[in-house]
Amino acid sequence: MSIVVNEKTPVIVQGFTGRIGSFHAQEMIDYGTNVVGGITPGKGGSTHLKKPVFDTVKEAVQETGAESSIVFVPPPFAADAIMEAADAGIRQCVCITDGIPSQDMIRVKRYMIRYKEKRKMCLIGPNCAGVISPGKAMMGIMPGHIYKQGSVGVIGRSGTLGYEAASQMKALGIGISTSVGIGGDPINGSSFKDHLLSFEEDDETEMVVLIGEIGGPQEAAAAAFTRDYVSKPVVAYIAGHTAPKGRRMGHAGAIISTQGESAAEKMQIMEDCGITVVKRASEFGSTVAKVLAQINS
Amino acid sequence: MLGKRLVTQQTGPKGKMISRLYVEEATSITAEFYLSLVLDRCSERIMVVASAAGGMDIEEIAKNNPEAIVNISVEPAVGIQKFQAREIAFALGLEAKQVNQAVTVIEACYRAFRDLDATMVEINPLVVTEDGRLVALDAKMAFDDNALFRRQQISELRDKSQEDPLEMKAADRGLSYVGLDGNIGCIINGAGLAMATMDMIKDAGGEPANFLDIGGGASPERVAKAFNLVLSDENIEAILVNIFAGINRCDWVAEGIVQAMNKFEIKIPVIVRLSGTNVEEGRKIIAESGAELIIAESLDEAASKSVAAVAGGGA
Repeated sequence: MSIVVNEKTPVIVQGFTGRIGSFHAQEMIDYGTNVVGGITPGKGGSTHLKKPVFDTVKEAVQETGAESSIVFVPPPFAADAIMEAADAGIRQCVCITDGIPSQDMIRVKRYMIRYKEKRKMCLIGPNCAGVISPGKAMMGIMPGHIYKQGSVGVIGRSGTLGYEAASQMKALGIGISTSVGIGGDPINGSSFKDHLLSFEEDDETEMVVLIGEIGGPQEAAAAAFTRDYVSKPVVAYIAGHTAPKGRRMGHAGAIISTQGESAAEKMQIMEDCGITVVKRASEFGSTVAKVLAQINS
Repeated sequence: MLGKRLVTQQTGPKGKMISRLYVEEATSITAEFYLSLVLDRCSERIMVVASAAGGMDIEEIAKNNPEAIVNISVEPAVGIQKFQAREIAFALGLEAKQVNQAVTVIEACYRAFRDLDATMVEINPLVVTEDGRLVALDAKMAFDDNALFRRQQISELRDKSQEDPLEMKAADRGLSYVGLDGNIGCIINGAGLAMATMDMIKDAGGEPANFLDIGGGASPERVAKAFNLVLSDENIEAILVNIFAGINRCDWVAEGIVQAMNKFEIKIPVIVRLSGTNVEEGRKIIAESGAELIIAESLDEAASKSVAAVAGGGA
């Protein structure tokens, strides 16, 4: 199975004709993603990368049957683009944009409540590298070739650290069912918890790797959720042991502002909930290999 | 006080230069309160936090006496309501004649938070004077960096003399930098990998000198600027470049490294680990440049070779 996206999922690109949107749309097409078109308001009716361009997401959904969208719209307009996707009936929306104001994200999250569970959109990101189901499809900006297809689910707040984990696993012959980047912002569309549930229900996924970092309540929530609802083994890493309190470490959300948000505290919470903790970032591959060996023994 | 350095818990041990003073008339106080609005990451909404234990550190109160704190979350579609502000005022034990004043203050704080894209508005203490007035004796605000593009009036208030000069220099160059006390300079792409690499250095027995994310699509020039920045820290004894290129290109990074080696005549050890997009081209550029670099194949090696380079230099 894999989660969020597979080779059949019809995908549209918001911010399709821009420099960044064009580049990554082409990479996604080359990887095998079923890109069915894109949106740039004012350029509807034209063709870009041999795909149709639409003025609105609604029109694109009607004409192409698109189910998923990826957003490459600049920060001042990105929240609007996400809400447009939600309103048009898009099921999964990946937002790559870094730099969306927090209050815009509060508005987005509030807006998305209006839809009943059945047609509620799952937002992934913003400020993330996207989603890849290796060997099938990619909705993101990652280098596809470092991922091997397999049975490990990955959820992470950081893009490059996710690459590091994927390449360590590939070097040991371990593959990934889907890798989801939830993003480095203080307010994310979806959390570790949301995707843990999807991986728990996915037949192809045998175990899950969480890549967390300092700041925010998400890792603790994921740990409690794992303890109560996840039967598959979960492995986790937390970045930022050397980060001083109160300093923002690159990601808008990577800041220790209150109790329980430091790397050491989060690791302890994870361990207390029965999660195998990866102690050093060079041990993603070896730790996952050990857990897989236990599953298959 | 003017011209002197002020050292408090908030300034850090080095303190901050006092270049401006705000003088207010002395106030006779009968009660002190704490009031703040924050961006709450659990509810993903603006939250009002108040306590009758004013003038104290709210983190301390939260830890030792959590029931002394009142929280109210604001529904973003309609904003804060008067009844919510009244609930807070009554919970603080304010007298009836001060409740309306408190409602005005709380509503005003909410408007300021919303309209200026704040991430925090804090009044500590909010006091009741002997003649029954409610007065903010102190105020602190923090703002969302991501929203500064639409808050010109806030950007203009920035007093760069109060900020770390290296961090200001980094921001001007589009680099994300946080200075630390160690001696191994770090040049890395991606916030997560940067933090993880610093942790690896520490774990191997070394001390990172900084957090530095060169971002995506970094040109050779940006990489060279990163070197310039890291080298401005006088504690530096070695530099570790750790790149896992996705939308970056190892060949561009390699060109930047070679440029920097020549331009800045770097004498301290430089450890380089390249991975991802165009890695072969990158390694070739480095090999052909003849620059004296220590090459690491993995994250593990990058950390251990950096720590060894510093230890070797000191012996």
